[in-house]
Amino acid sequence: MNVLLLFLRMFFEFFKTGLFAIGGGMATVPFLSSMGAETGWFSSKELADMIAVSESTPGPIGVNMATYVGYVIGHGQGGADHPAMAGILGVIGAIIATLGLITPSVIIILIVAHFLEKFRENKFVEAALYGLRAASVGLITSAAFSVILIAIFGIENISLWQSAVFDIKSIILAVVIFVMSRYIPKVKDWHPIFFILIGAACGIIFHMSGS
Amino acid sequence: MLPILIRELVEKKHWLTEKEIMDYFAIGQCTPGVIAVNTATFTGRKMRGNIGGIVATLGIVTPSIILITVIAALLKGFADNVYVQDALAGIRVAVCVLMVNAIIKMVKEAVVDLPTLIMYIAVFIFSAFSGLSPIVFVIACAIAGILIKLVFKYKGREKK
Repeated sequence: MNVLLLFLRMFFEFFKTGLFAIGGGMATVPFLSSMGAETGWFSSKELADMIAVSESTPGPIGVNMATYVGYVIGHGQGGADHPAMAGILGVIGAIIATLGLITPSVIIILIVAHFLEKFRENKFVEAALYGLRAASVGLITSAAFSVILIAIFGIENISLWQSAVFDIKSIILAVVIFVMSRYIPKVKDWHPIFFILIGAACGIIFHMSGS
Repeated sequence: MLPILIRELVEKKHWLTEKEIMDYFAIGQCTPGVIAVNTATFTGRKMRGNIGGIVATLGIVTPSIILITVIAALLKGFADNVYVQDALAGIRVAVCVLMVNAIIKMVKEAVVDLPTLIMYIAVFIFSAFSGLSPIVFVIACAIAGILIKLVFKYKGREKK
């Protein structure tokens, strides 16, 4: 019964994300980050891993994220003693989260399709979008900021910034990938998956988890 | 993802014209949800009505559900492995850089004048430190956009 309620709540949370995340896949990240903080379903660290997997697999990033997060939440309900059960709940969670994410946009698109041209040229839509785009990028920056704090500086929470471990390996790797992906001709046009693979290789070679 | 949609839907299957798919992408940018999903809904609806829209949408998310579930299950299974942990630590750093790159690109498109710059910085700071739901910022900035553009008739720098 509890599991049923959880799945209902999950559908609702992803429905909200799908309804308010405007401007493509990355726009879902701030909503997921706030969902994790509010519900405790997953940590920022797990979120960073999920972004990595979603970026490096085919398919829309937003959908991949929802599927992954849904799996992790569902799986968490199965308990460590019942791996098969956890796996099944994970799959159900993945499907529910994805359906939750896409339901609002399907409804909206089916409505918008009726008055396609008018919608694009409507001055209210245009004016609202002018503000929405700025909000969307602001939210993504803020979500990225917290992921950067945890992935590069090991800070779990902004209020605990004193706990920063200046992990020199992470910082060097970040600078190297940044320069490669922005300034080196040809290299900067590589598919993101290559930079993710470089990250994985360096992580293993330099034992970056530190555990 | 979007170039693949153009190749499949316009060039190979001829289900859509170039102009139609560009319209769908543009509307996908300004409606909630994932653009590729929105495009699938539009295309399905054009071919076979509302049911077609729903079927096409389910089609486009199915590979993600299967693939990501398999990867998530594998990663869960090997979560304690030290190599997996090390690889993930390195991957998280790479993802940060990719996000920064994506943000730089998006800022160039969204921050076009002083009001959008103020909104961008305000949303960034308040949402990083307040813990308020992102929904609050989305609604506030949509209203602000309407006020600035339509009530105060702010012209700003013309784009393009």
